[in-house]
Parts: sequence; structure tokens; C-alpha cells
Amino acid sequence: MSAVKVFVPCDSAALAAGANEVAAALLNECARRGLAIDLVRNGSRGLFWLEPLVEVGTALGRVAYGPVTPEDVVSLLDAGLLDGGEHALRHGITEQIPFLALQERLTFRRMGITDPLSLADYEAHDGWQGLKRAVGMGSADLLHEVTHSGLRGRGGAAFPAGIKWKTVAGLQAAQKYVVCNADEGDSGTYSDRMTLEGDPFMLIEGMAIAAMTVGATEGYIYIRSEYPHAVATMTRAIALATEAGFLGDRVLGSEHIFHLHVRKAAGSYVCGEETAMLESLEGKRGIVRAKPPLPAIEGLFGLPTVINNVITFASVPVILARGAQFYRDYGMGRSHGTLPFQLAGNVKQGGLVEKAFGLTLRELLYGFGGGTRSGRPIKAVQVGGPLGAYVPESQWDVPLDYEAYAAIGAVLGHGGIVVHDDTADMAGLARYAMEFCAIESCGKCTPCRIGSTRGVEVIDRIAGGANREQQVILLRDLCETMVGGSLCAMGSMTPLPVLSALDHYPEDFGLTAADHQAA
Amino acid sequence: MPEPLDTLIQQHRNEAGGLMPLLHAVQAAYGFVAPEMVEPIAKGFNLSRAEVHGVISYYHHFRTTPPGRTVVQVCRAEACKACGSDGLMAEVEQRLGIKAHETRADGAVSLEPVYCLGLCAQSPAMQVNDRLFARVTPERLPAVLSAVEVAA
Repeated sequence: MSAVKVFVPCDSAALAAGANEVAAALLNECARRGLAIDLVRNGSRGLFWLEPLVEVGTALGRVAYGPVTPEDVVSLLDAGLLDGGEHALRHGITEQIPFLALQERLTFRRMGITDPLSLADYEAHDGWQGLKRAVGMGSADLLHEVTHSGLRGRGGAAFPAGIKWKTVAGLQAAQKYVVCNADEGDSGTYSDRMTLEGDPFMLIEGMAIAAMTVGATEGYIYIRSEYPHAVATMTRAIALATEAGFLGDRVLGSEHIFHLHVRKAAGSYVCGEETAMLESLEGKRGIVRAKPPLPAIEGLFGLPTVINNVITFASVPVILARGAQFYRDYGMGRSHGTLPFQLAGNVKQGGLVEKAFGLTLRELLYGFGGGTRSGRPIKAVQVGGPLGAYVPESQWDVPLDYEAYAAIGAVLGHGGIVVHDDTADMAGLARYAMEFCAIESCGKCTPCRIGSTRGVEVIDRIAGGANREQQVILLRDLCETMVGGSLCAMGSMTPLPVLSALDHYPEDFGLTAADHQAA
Repeated sequence: MPEPLDTLIQQHRNEAGGLMPLLHAVQAAYGFVAPEMVEPIAKGFNLSRAEVHGVISYYHHFRTTPPGRTVVQVCRAEACKACGSDGLMAEVEQRLGIKAHETRADGAVSLEPVYCLGLCAQSPAMQVNDRLFARVTPERLPAVLSAVEVAA
């Protein structure tokens, strides 16, 4: 009889919850009992409230146990862990856990199932299907496929990927680049991190397809320094993929050349803005560039460059493998396909939910999230990262779709959803948004660089209570200047959390409803 | 012994946009980028000292003074705030006897704020040297900080 397969994730969120200690305890205890196990370090399924989530391969499928501590190992083995035995921590067949079963995982379909650095695993789970099809297609057909899929930039700006790629493909240049923005600085987001750590070959495949489409031969993945595990996994994955011929001088034996490199960022939030990222990749301070010229035309080192977020590239293999129409049929309106929503903050069941566009925040918060972790009522939900609006309960039934969110003055951004309970101080969070902008502003635009500091002061004066109405008018005026006078989202979107907090929670600023009307 | 600075400069000077990888290599080898390193780096990359200093000082990650033997980072971003990281930071400051951005006089520990470790579904989160910790409750904090005591 072969050894039982036991899965303990190596994703950094699992490690932070003690996965390595659990793996060691399992190996020790099994050795002591003379039990043979084949320990696989998989990626995370994204059910973070259950991490470390231990899975056991049984005839019925993989059975899940979690959250497991090293102290639980003895009782788990006593309960027959290796046969999928009953235990207080047992959640049944992993795929049947409602949080997972109710999702539409297209991009994340392999997540947590495979060993992230096993080429054999990747291949056995539909890996390289997209690239294999792409290699036989011309640039025009590839562009048509990506455009027709309706894929829009998943970093937050939601610009159609096919149109961006077409611009680069149509230019003549000695060198073109493909750059992946993996500077995932938004609080409440971790889908890029999960991809880099949990399914790195998928990103490589997507970038290789992009390179083939536009005629680029060099690529960079710009990963934040706060993600050392992601840097290590991605670096290793590139080496393995190059050795196996999926990257290099002859991609899949074809004439296509594609060399891929990892570059480490250095803790600047604004470098998640594409032009600041280019400056950083060139070895300079990450100061935002004025557009035009568009990076597609004059990008990295002044040459044509495709820049997309991790999830945008990662969505491409399935589009090529299953066809544009398959992907396009998911979603609503002009938001085609799926988005990996990331439930974070004060939520009972925090984790990654990949669903087609069009579900509501309420379904995510209660259907998937199960309400707050503290057990108190949800007060505010920040959607789309630190530059996203605070969405009050009256708007939780608006479908999650780029246009529907724009219509209520909010953004989907990178899909981060941060939940706050009724103890949250919205004036404090508005102040924090301004403070964060002051810390992270690159300094190029005055309204962002100085306005953010003035914003902190004005909010303090509002909280202090003197001339409150005038100070509120001043804050609105300042926000208008920041929106209109900043080159990038840092300055122009910081007012979004500030004003949404003020508009929806005026009482937290010491304003009565009557004051608020007047202001 | 860390790699001599000149060797590191030679390794990266011909790399496209090689200054950032060099600074990472220097910080990995020495723990920080010392002010006296600016001049040889500038010379090696054919840049002005102001340009090199500008890059080092722009990025939060690069240090110009030696860090404590243990570096403690507490996430300050929204998802962690939603689960009590403001209180956690205050508690950490009190236990370590230093404020954020400071290194203790005995050189044992530095405390830094960090804006997102990507553990937003299991907040509040901390990092101690290279080790990540999720769901850091007041009860778990002493165990998380035990590495500091060892280094002290």
C-alpha cells in the first residue's frame, strides 16, 4: 500500500498561522507510530480562518481539518486522520465546504490543490494548455481572443487588456517588454500573493502568452519586498520553467524568445502605480510620470511595454485554453469573467472568493464571510483598497460590477474587501487615509504631497469641534483640489475613503444630520 | 564576512536598472546601506551622489543605520486596524520600551510599522525578523516577542 498523501500548505498565510510547526509535528508523530505519509506542501485554498488547513487524500477525495495546531496532531491521528476519520476539526470533503463549493474558480482553479513548484502537478491540472494553443496562433488571432474575452485590468483601473496589448503589438521597436505589477500594496488584498506563492507557473504562462502576442522578449515581475516568500517561489518557478523550455530562447520549441526576471520592490506604495513602478525598475526613485506618453508606447527604458497586474496575466491561460467565449459568458454588463474577491479585516470567514462579477457585497459579507469575527454588527466596508470608498449598508445590494460601483461613487479596485464592525471610528479612518497619503505620496503633485498633511489637520479640527461646519467645507474643497490636481490615483483617490466616511457616517465627525445638510 | 562592496557593485553595474538590485544586495549583506557607501556606488554606476542618496532615502525598505538584532514589524493598515492593531502597536511599544521607527539603546530590537503583510484575512499581523505571525491576540503576543528576548 502506498503512503497516504497529507497536504499542509506552504503559503505564507498558512506559515503565519503555524503550518511549518504542524507539518513537523505530523512527520514526527507519524514516524513514532510507524505510519507512512507522503507530505505535500501545497498552496492555500484561501480559506484563511481554517489555516493551517490539513488535507488527507482518501478514496472519496481530499478531507479537510482545520485550523490545526501542533497540539492537535496526536488526537487527530488517534481519530484516524489518515483515513479521513471523524474529529472536531474535520470539515468533510474540502471541495464540498460551502465557502469553496459556491465559488466559480476559473483563475484559481488549481489554488491549494497542487504543489506550487511541481511542473508535473501543473501539467496534470490543465497547465500550459493556453500557451500550447497560443504558440500555434498568430498575433492577430491572439489579440482577438484576449479582446473578445472582455478581460479588463484586474489591478484596479479595469482597462481592457486586449486594447493595451494591441497598441504594443502594433509598434516597431528593437525591444519590447512585458511587465507584471506584483506590488500588491492595498490593505485587504492578497490574491497576487497567493498566485505568486501558490500557482506561479500560471503567471509565467500568462506572461509568456502576452509576450508572444506583442512580440516582447524580456519580462519583469515587480514584487513587493514585504512578500519574501513570493519572491523566493517566483524566482524558483522561473528557473524551473526555463529549464523545462517554457521560457528562454525557444519557448515550447518555437521561434519565440522570452526571458523573465523577478525584481524586488522596496516598500513604496506608490510604486504600484504603473509609471512609478517603471521608474523603480529603471533604478530610480519611484516618482509618477506624466501621461502621455503611455507606457504601451514609451514604457520601460523608453520602449513599448505591456504592463498588467498579476491577476490579469493569470487570467489569460484559461481564456486561451477554454476560449474567449467561455470566459466572456461569466459576469454582467461590461464586466466579463470573474474577480477574486478578498474578504479581510473583521470577518468571521476571511478568505478568497472567486466569483463572476454581479454578486452583491451582502452575499459576500454574510453568505461567504459569515458576518464579523467580533460578532458585532458590520458598520462599514471598504471596497477596493485604501483608496476605495467606505460602503454603507444601504449600498450592499448593488451588484459588484465596475460600472455599477462607479455609479455609486465607489470602486472595485483589486477586489479587496475590508470589514469594520460598529466600534470603528470613521473620522479616525478618514484621518488615516490622509495620513497614509502623506506618508506614501511620491511628492510630485502639490495637492497630494501637501494636501494630505493639511487634510489630517482639518480632520483633527473637525474632531476638535471648533468651526466645524466651515472646516467641513474646507475639507471638501481640499478633496476637490486633490481629485483635480493629482497625476495618479494616490492623490486623486485618497478623497474617496475620506468623503465616503464623511457622507455616510457624519455622526462620527461630530456632525448632526442638520449640520451635515448645511455643509 | 559579507561580500566586499566593490564586488557587489561589479555584479550589478551592467544590469539594466541595476541600482535597486544592488541596494537590496548591500542591505542583505550588511544589514543597511551606510552613508559612506554612497560615493563608491555613485562612481560605479556613473551617477551623482545625490541621485544615489535620493533612491536610498526614497524607499522605506532601505536603512541607513544598523537595525537591532531583531526587527519587529507591526502592520498598520486598514484590515489590521479593523482587528485591533492600534492597541497591538501600543502594547508592543510598551513591552519593547521603544516607539515605532526606533532601535533600543542596547541594540537588541528595532520596531517598525509596516503597511500590509498580505495576511489581511487573519489580522492583526506581525513579522519578527523573517517570521510571520497572524491573528496576534494580546495572549499570543509574549510568544511572538520571545525571539527578542533571546537576541537581547
